[in-house]
Amino acid sequence: MLSRLDSRSPAARRGLSDLSIRNLFIIPTIAFLIVFNIFPLIYSLGYSFTDFSASSNAPATFVGLQNYRDLLNDDHVWNNFSVTARYVLLSVGGQVLLGFGVALLLNRRIPFKGLFTTLLLVPMMMSPVVVGLFWELLYSPSWGIINYALGLGDLAWLSDPDVALYAIAITDIWMWSPFVMLLCLAGLSAIPQHLYEAAAIDRAGRWFTFTRITLPLVAPLLLIAVIFRTMEAFKTFDLAFIMSSQETTELIAIKLYRLAFQEWQTGPSCALAYMVLIMVLAITNIYVKYLNRARDR
Amino acid sequence: MAAVQSSRQKVLNRAAVAVVVLLTLVYLVPIYWITSTAFKPRSLATTVPPTVLFQPEVTAFIKLFTKRVQMIGKASPEVYDKAPWWEKRIYDLGERIIKDSNGNSELSAYPSRFLNSLIVAVSSTLLAVAMGTLTAYGFSRFRMPGEQDWLFFILSTRMLPPVVVAIPMFLMYRAVGLVDTHAGLIILYTAFNLSFSVWLMKGFIDEIPKEYEEAALVDGYTRMEAFFRIVLPQSATGIAATAVFCFITAWNEYAFALMMTNRRAQTAPPYIPSQLGSGITDWTAIAAGTLLFLLPVAIFTFLLRRHLLRGVTFGAIRK
Repeated sequence: MLSRLDSRSPAARRGLSDLSIRNLFIIPTIAFLIVFNIFPLIYSLGYSFTDFSASSNAPATFVGLQNYRDLLNDDHVWNNFSVTARYVLLSVGGQVLLGFGVALLLNRRIPFKGLFTTLLLVPMMMSPVVVGLFWELLYSPSWGIINYALGLGDLAWLSDPDVALYAIAITDIWMWSPFVMLLCLAGLSAIPQHLYEAAAIDRAGRWFTFTRITLPLVAPLLLIAVIFRTMEAFKTFDLAFIMSSQETTELIAIKLYRLAFQEWQTGPSCALAYMVLIMVLAITNIYVKYLNRARDR
Repeated sequence: MAAVQSSRQKVLNRAAVAVVVLLTLVYLVPIYWITSTAFKPRSLATTVPPTVLFQPEVTAFIKLFTKRVQMIGKASPEVYDKAPWWEKRIYDLGERIIKDSNGNSELSAYPSRFLNSLIVAVSSTLLAVAMGTLTAYGFSRFRMPGEQDWLFFILSTRMLPPVVVAIPMFLMYRAVGLVDTHAGLIILYTAFNLSFSVWLMKGFIDEIPKEYEEAALVDGYTRMEAFFRIVLPQSATGIAATAVFCFITAWNEYAFALMMTNRRAQTAPPYIPSQLGSGITDWTAIAAGTLLFLLPVAIFTFLLRRHLLRGVTFGAIRK
């Protein structure tokens, strides 16, 4: 299209050239993102090598890699990472099982299918904070409806350190299973029917049909769902922060918040932020690769 | 054989439908519960066993919007009779609404937080969608060296955990006085939504045939005119869908709002849970606040239902 730029049509001479339009349209966005995202990150990279605290007036002193060394030797930080890993496994695992399962159920003629799908999608558009808040009401040990309905007595979902992480993961599963379901459904409905007919003619068993036809053909979209949810679960802050303040639910993002905005250890928090940042960028890279692959199909 | 197969199929289908209906119902219980709690009298909100049938009332909403104090004794009959119906409800609870010097009822912080949410979400959505649409057109129609890298760069800014960005942004905002201002939040949310808006709009614009513009160019339109008169109207649906997604994201955002605001510009998400701390929790008022806050999202989700998949995958999957 850029070749049009040189076209000597009257209009092209009258208006702006394609090249200047392209720059006019693209550069402000890139500049905006650099100023408000990249520049701050360069700023914090600088601070990550200092002992700066935003709450004191003392000037920052350069400490080299000390912050990074301290963090890597801190058992608490390792604990935060392992809590985060468990949380990711629990919530993404649950979402895949439930989401894929319901997609298999929904992948047939069902009256009011559109209505069901829309209803199932409402929770994931809600604010995690608000969802966390009203799940607190449901989880209440003495009068919550979950304990009542399941006959669990007074199980303290959110204040029992052994249970709290599961409780948060269940809420996240409630919110996001429909997302996995939606992607699986998109994958399932794109599988050509004749593949199943061919399998039926060959007297293939259910399991064989599932593992050799259904699963491989849904896999690309399922993978997108899994990577996206993994990344989001890894970054989770609001839901867990609102629902519980146990040590066993201190995800890495919560640790980061406490370090930066409650303990005001700005230098070390910038260093931890960089560690998290590198992991997130790695996952993003994988995610975009699969997104592009799905787009090209 | 075929008949047997199909009758078995039918039973299976019915079972699947039953399971789907049941799951959907169980799934919606939390939403039903928050809705019903908002309309319950306070005494019925936390009963064992849970109260399902009750006389619905709007007292929780009146409480949500007003500042009240406990009363010693009762209101005098003439004061009570003169009070509007909603004020009577408060008197019935043994409380009274605080009045300012002109005798007007004082509002609680909720309406102002709700308004802040609205200002911040609408402004950042307009900015993000306007810039995003232009940039998406640029990437869609013109070749750009390192195009894929730029697109990846743009998307990666969206993936940054808010806390990571918030630490340096807080220091910078503090230096220029943007902490606890609408402008400060609007900038952050615009940056956060911009990448999303570029990706989604690029998908929509890619679908508009280039031939339309080429025909316009041949007819003597400039590229700019072709963009405004042909591409923009053609992508109206896409723009609307993108705007709704950006609005919902900004409306729901919590982490930035928690760290960057505390009073004047505070939005609803950090405010709603802060009601929990003070005194005995009145779940009916919290439920009412939550319900009002969720209402716009529920309506938008319904309007967006055809574009949801596309939105949540940054435009990669089009259906």
